[in-house]
Amino acid sequence: MSLILLNLIDGLVTGLLLFMLSSGLTLIFSMMGVLNFAHASFYMLGAYFAYQISAAIGFWPGLIVAPLIVGVLGALVERYGLRRVHKYGHVPELIFTFGLALLIEEIVKFFWGTAQVPFLKPESLAFPLFHIAGNAVEAYKIFMIFISMAIFIGLLLILTRTRVGLIIQAALSHPQTVETLGHNVPLIFMGVFGVGTALAGLAGVIAGPVLGTFPGMAIVLGSIVFVTIVVGGLGSLWGALAASLLIGWITTFAASYNVGLADILTALGFERPEDLSETIFRDAWTLTLPQIGPILPYLLMVLILVFRPYGLFGKREV
Amino acid sequence: MKRGSRLSLVVAAAIGLSAAAASAESIKIAFIDPLSGPFASTGVNGLHQYEFAADTLVNAKGGVLGGKTFEVIGFDNQTSPKESLIQLQVAIDQGIKYIVQGNSSGVAHAITEAVEKHNKRNPDQRVLFLNYSAVDPALTNEKCNFWHFRFDANADIKMDALTDVMAADQNIKKVYIVGQDYSFGKAVAEAAVAMLGEKRPDIEIVGNELHPIGKVKDFTPYARKIIAAEADAVITGNWGTDMLGLGKAILENGFKGPIYTYYAAADGITAAFGAAGDGSLRLVAEGPDAPPQTAEGKAYVEAFKKKFPDGNVSQARIANVINMLAGAMEKAGTADDVVAVAKALEGMKVTSIWGGELYMRPEDHQLIQDVHIFAHTKVDAPFDFDNSGYGLKYESTVENASADIATTCQMERP
Amino acid sequence: MSAVDQNRAASRAAAGGLSLAALAPWIAAIVALALLPLVFSDNSAITIMNQMAITIVFALAYNMLLGQGGMLSFGHAVYMGLGGFFSVHLMNWMEDDLVALPLPLLPIFGGLFGLLFAMLIGSFSTRKAGTVFAMISLGVGELIAACSIIVVAFFGGEEGVSGDRTYGVPVFGIEFIRHVEVYYLTAFWLIVAAALMYLFSRTPVGRMANAVRDNPERAEFVGYSARWVRYVSFCASGFFAGIAGALFAVNYEILTEENLNLATSGTILLVTFLGGVGFFYGPVIGAVVFTLLATVLKLQTELWQLYVGALFVATVMFFPGGLAGLIAIHATPWRLGKLGGLAVPYLKTLLPGVIGLLALCAAAELAFHNREAPAGESTMGLFWMEVDTHSPLTWAVVAVVAVGGLWLANRGAPALKAAWDEATTPSDGGRS
Repeated sequence: MSLILLNLIDGLVTGLLLFMLSSGLTLIFSMMGVLNFAHASFYMLGAYFAYQISAAIGFWPGLIVAPLIVGVLGALVERYGLRRVHKYGHVPELIFTFGLALLIEEIVKFFWGTAQVPFLKPESLAFPLFHIAGNAVEAYKIFMIFISMAIFIGLLLILTRTRVGLIIQAALSHPQTVETLGHNVPLIFMGVFGVGTALAGLAGVIAGPVLGTFPGMAIVLGSIVFVTIVVGGLGSLWGALAASLLIGWITTFAASYNVGLADILTALGFERPEDLSETIFRDAWTLTLPQIGPILPYLLMVLILVFRPYGLFGKREV
Repeated sequence: MKRGSRLSLVVAAAIGLSAAAASAESIKIAFIDPLSGPFASTGVNGLHQYEFAADTLVNAKGGVLGGKTFEVIGFDNQTSPKESLIQLQVAIDQGIKYIVQGNSSGVAHAITEAVEKHNKRNPDQRVLFLNYSAVDPALTNEKCNFWHFRFDANADIKMDALTDVMAADQNIKKVYIVGQDYSFGKAVAEAAVAMLGEKRPDIEIVGNELHPIGKVKDFTPYARKIIAAEADAVITGNWGTDMLGLGKAILENGFKGPIYTYYAAADGITAAFGAAGDGSLRLVAEGPDAPPQTAEGKAYVEAFKKKFPDGNVSQARIANVINMLAGAMEKAGTADDVVAVAKALEGMKVTSIWGGELYMRPEDHQLIQDVHIFAHTKVDAPFDFDNSGYGLKYESTVENASADIATTCQMERP
Repeated sequence: MSAVDQNRAASRAAAGGLSLAALAPWIAAIVALALLPLVFSDNSAITIMNQMAITIVFALAYNMLLGQGGMLSFGHAVYMGLGGFFSVHLMNWMEDDLVALPLPLLPIFGGLFGLLFAMLIGSFSTRKAGTVFAMISLGVGELIAACSIIVVAFFGGEEGVSGDRTYGVPVFGIEFIRHVEVYYLTAFWLIVAAALMYLFSRTPVGRMANAVRDNPERAEFVGYSARWVRYVSFCASGFFAGIAGALFAVNYEILTEENLNLATSGTILLVTFLGGVGFFYGPVIGAVVFTLLATVLKLQTELWQLYVGALFVATVMFFPGGLAGLIAIHATPWRLGKLGGLAVPYLKTLLPGVIGLLALCAAAELAFHNREAPAGESTMGLFWMEVDTHSPLTWAVVAVVAVGGLWLANRGAPALKAAWDEATTPSDGGRS
């Protein structure tokens, strides 16, 4: 029972972290129609910038400055890269962001090397806040939850309560109409791209010390973020939130319970063969849930795309 | 790094104008390991250790066979079996007869099979494969061949030493085993269960599981299970970011017992664990104490750190590879006839520069050596890793570990 | 001959499809493939040429989706990998005398196995094009790559499955022990597969794939089901990818997880796009150039992936037609006989530009060397020169060359643009 509570907390942390990435990505996708493959690369840049800043002047300045730098970089990429490719169509745009992801990884390796860098959480938060059945819950995890909640509420308020937010919302569903009304849509695009990448950068800053800061961190998270927004439904902030939490909890719970396929097979009346090495289905008898946990989101995405192409909360088809 | 200077040679090899004739003065060794990609830091550091070992232990002492020097040439395989086979062919075409590789047992399987086929198909161009790090037991058991020599202790030998030490610790009642879902992770788990069951039947295995390799973002759920199972000790064969992620999650969750590992050191891992791992992390391996107990070993590490301030002598066995290879050539009186060199290596006994005896078992080409359990703790420079002030110190030693371990190898000799 | 007659002749040739002009490149390719091993006879050179051939087949198969069908796949390595794994199993069965098969027929079975899976997965993934297809391919790719570690019985786990190609039924006494024998087998299948894929692009379904790519609604009006056309293209692509996989199996005699994973799928996208998706021969150029980069450049610098990444991004941004597109835009000046007029502007602009870019690379190499080299080693080989990496002089020279080269290129750009406009405009006022 206490383990379930712990898993709920851990899954919440993972899910909210995913949300910080998926919220920006889903806004970018719905406005510009381009799935930004490099989104997680900006997350990685956030972590590395913050590492560099924290090595010089400490963690807290990095928390503010690193996402800002990432946001500016993101806006520049939109202005001078993506906008140029935009006229060729969506497929080259997707390929451009794919290439950008490769390039950013190589640039990170060039400057910081291939080994993991020692990016540590601030001393002031590196203590167990409370224990549940002997398991420590670190203050930093609670801090992560608060930061992501604050971001979500902030985004929601901006989108629903401000003029800019209303224009963005309108551009989500009717981009052409918004342009006809005389709004500077390219500027909005650049702004949304910058803010989205800055959010990804912020996620990198707070996740870097926990999940590790290394050149592969973007790839590990990158495709999961797509999965999240596709599952949640495009253009829906609530969808992104729901899908992020869902995937956070699925992966956490799947890693926590050693349910074996063998148990299910036995329950179904199959008999375990005496000598496993001789049967072609031998792997089925040793398969456990944690082994397939990280690929469950992909399975979920394929099923969603086949049966409900607009996702859980989306209104438009992918 | 000798890359630039190889330019013309490589272009020639790649576009096939001519195979570069091996210069009479140097004996070339092909180092096939990742020099780019995610594991480049391990590979580049390994190449530096080889170059340094060749220079210090052979070339500076006048070379072998009356003045021939060793030259180590790096070939980048990006930890990919396919690239490894291409690079192996390029190396063979350059007239290189000695191949060293270590990172990833999967690559080692690909190379050992390719070398066996190559030697069978091209008896006039035979090469030797000196495996310095890939520890999958199969390589010296069912998959063994005459051309393959392993200089690291294999996973079973390390586990044998580890369980000897664990069996003596009466505080350990419950053990949790967690590893990466592939051949090596499974080999570690199987050996741990079998050997603990034999040596300490009262120890309960409270968890034994595999996770996908390189795909787990957050190891917290695993750490929770370990605490919930009230384990006294953890055993893991994880490496790279999987090692770091798992270890940090366990420590952050308040686990105080020993975490027994194979690869929790160097390449940024020691620095990233830092003070958190002190008192908990253990590592089973061959190699020197910090500082090394022999004067020669101490001087070697000091000189290496002077030349490569950011590097680590993290694979001390590389010095053994170079020393034993040179010794075998002297004994065989040739560097060109690899069969003679291989036969000289078989059964060879020498003293390592790190202290302790080395014995190349002829039955399976597995090197028998001292295996130590190290503790991750504070170590003074330059004997620390990653310049972090932390490193590995001996906690206990098993001399000539598993010298009589059984092998299923049925070696076919030419 | 009047212009009308000329047009008729051209259309006759196109309809017949087998005029000498159409066959010439194929004959040239066959001759070149036959002669290459005589020039490059090293085993490593043959290995690299085989690698090129395999990449060409795979890239052509991939371009059936991307270029001809407009379907962007992030998981096409799956079909090549599955075909390859099945072929290795076949080789092992040949070794155990369970089946008797001449090795040159192996690619057919690899292709059929790829086709089988393409039929299965295509049945739901090709319902939609665009992002839906791309995302399903990504998901399926991840799933099957993950399965390769879990389902050890078929995929062999991390160390993969290996076999020995020499146990097939000998063909004319050839047992495929020597590299050059494998080369001719690979080259034969390269020609066969390329020719079949070319012919496929000329069939009604192949033509309709283009229509569906450009405008699915109108294609439906013509009476073709867009989904059916996509499905057929996808299956055909899976078949040829499977052939590439079987050729891989024959060459390397081992298949591992890396043959299925996302990185391999991404690489083939890169190769195809670099070569040019709009042309049948684009992927061929891409495969040759990329393989050379990945073998020769890699041996020279650790930063090769950085350069390849930058090249790729630059291609997408500035030359979306790829290398083949670059060649193709010169067709107009060539037809007009004005190609010569471009030589001087090219020399004035591109040459300094290239030199400037190389100087930037040199700066990267210097910086990298300063960080990674052993302490005290301050010289490195750079463009056939020994340079001192710590000397301000080296850095000054590199900086001057980089800035100067790029400045010259930038200054020459308007003249190049003018020359280009001149060269692509017919001189006699539009009539030709």
